[in-house]
Amino acid sequence: MRTDALIARLAEDPAPFEKLSTVFAKGLGGGVVAAIVLTWSVLGFRSDMLHAVADWMYWSKFAYALALAIAGFVVVERLARPGTRPGRRLLLVAAVMVLIAAGGLAQWLSAPGAAHAGLFFGRSWRVCVPLIVLVSLPIFVGVIAALRQMAPTRPIAAGAAAGLLAGSAGAFVYGFHCNESALVFVSIWYSAGIAAMTALGALTGRWLLRW
Amino acid sequence: MRIAEVRGEVELKALMVAALAGDGVAYHRLLKTLTPHLRAYFARRLNRAAEAEDLVQETLIAIHSKRASFDTAQPFTAWLYAIARYKLIDYLRKSGIRKTVALEEADAITAESDSDAAEAARDVEHLLATLPDAKRTLLRKVKLEGLSTAEAAAATGMSESAVKVGVHRSLQALMKRIGVKP
Repeated sequence: MRTDALIARLAEDPAPFEKLSTVFAKGLGGGVVAAIVLTWSVLGFRSDMLHAVADWMYWSKFAYALALAIAGFVVVERLARPGTRPGRRLLLVAAVMVLIAAGGLAQWLSAPGAAHAGLFFGRSWRVCVPLIVLVSLPIFVGVIAALRQMAPTRPIAAGAAAGLLAGSAGAFVYGFHCNESALVFVSIWYSAGIAAMTALGALTGRWLLRW
Repeated sequence: MRIAEVRGEVELKALMVAALAGDGVAYHRLLKTLTPHLRAYFARRLNRAAEAEDLVQETLIAIHSKRASFDTAQPFTAWLYAIARYKLIDYLRKSGIRKTVALEEADAITAESDSDAAEAARDVEHLLATLPDAKRTLLRKVKLEGLSTAEAAAATGMSESAVKVGVHRSLQALMKRIGVKP
């Protein structure tokens, strides 16, 4: 086709486009709903949830996962658009990590030596990382689908950010099943699960995010 | 009048913002305006004009299908340039060409224009590069810098007749290379 004819056709194309916010609301929202259904039907929500909500420690892992998911989203939003860089938004991710590490360290140092093993391993350290990855996968699919409608020009970085966002949101949902709430445990095993998702995104971004 | 001088970031962005709001006329004008810039951008980086035109069309389609990714709070030329560069790198990778694409300033793309003179000059340089050094120097002096045979002979230390023969043979070689029967 001649270029002039192509331009005329593109200019006449009445197809409306979805805004980035709509695209991500659908992808991320759909993924989170799928993750909740998966957690509820396969893993089950923790039975003592009504009792646990009174404990502020119970909320810290949710605060951590939510903060990291928000930080991950603002980075993904930048990497989804050509010609913009995440820049200082990466500091947000770093700040959340520093906070959780400081919280875990403070708890570790203030606890008696005999309690250290319990804080570190909890009762579920073996399954924590694989289950966070499992719960995160539908969210990852949703975020990648949204990114594919955008135009990431740095696919490895965009894939990693998508993995970080999906891992954090997945960890949030997984928190309803998991009955651990020690900061030491969360700062190590939740972070490891989120890191695994970030690595998965970085490794697959090059193939998944081509356009 | 060069397009690059009149249409800058401000005007292109205004057209894009209007286009996103549903102004088909502004959108048509935007794509029309961008095309020669894109053509020059790709032609400068690729050898064949047909390849460059394919990339121009691919980039126009990407601009269209990825228009939701433009943030109106950000510069338009940076967005455009990143898309063009992505398409170029993608093409070079697919075709197995190893080439480094410099990270230029975002406004580099609108600073270029597809002036015929610039392209012709580049073609001449490409052709000249295929000649041996001595012949290239001679041809440049006589045909491009406009020295007379006598001046060229003095400058190169050759005899006038050697200069004439050398220039003639070089031209013949170049014509053969581009497929013109002398």
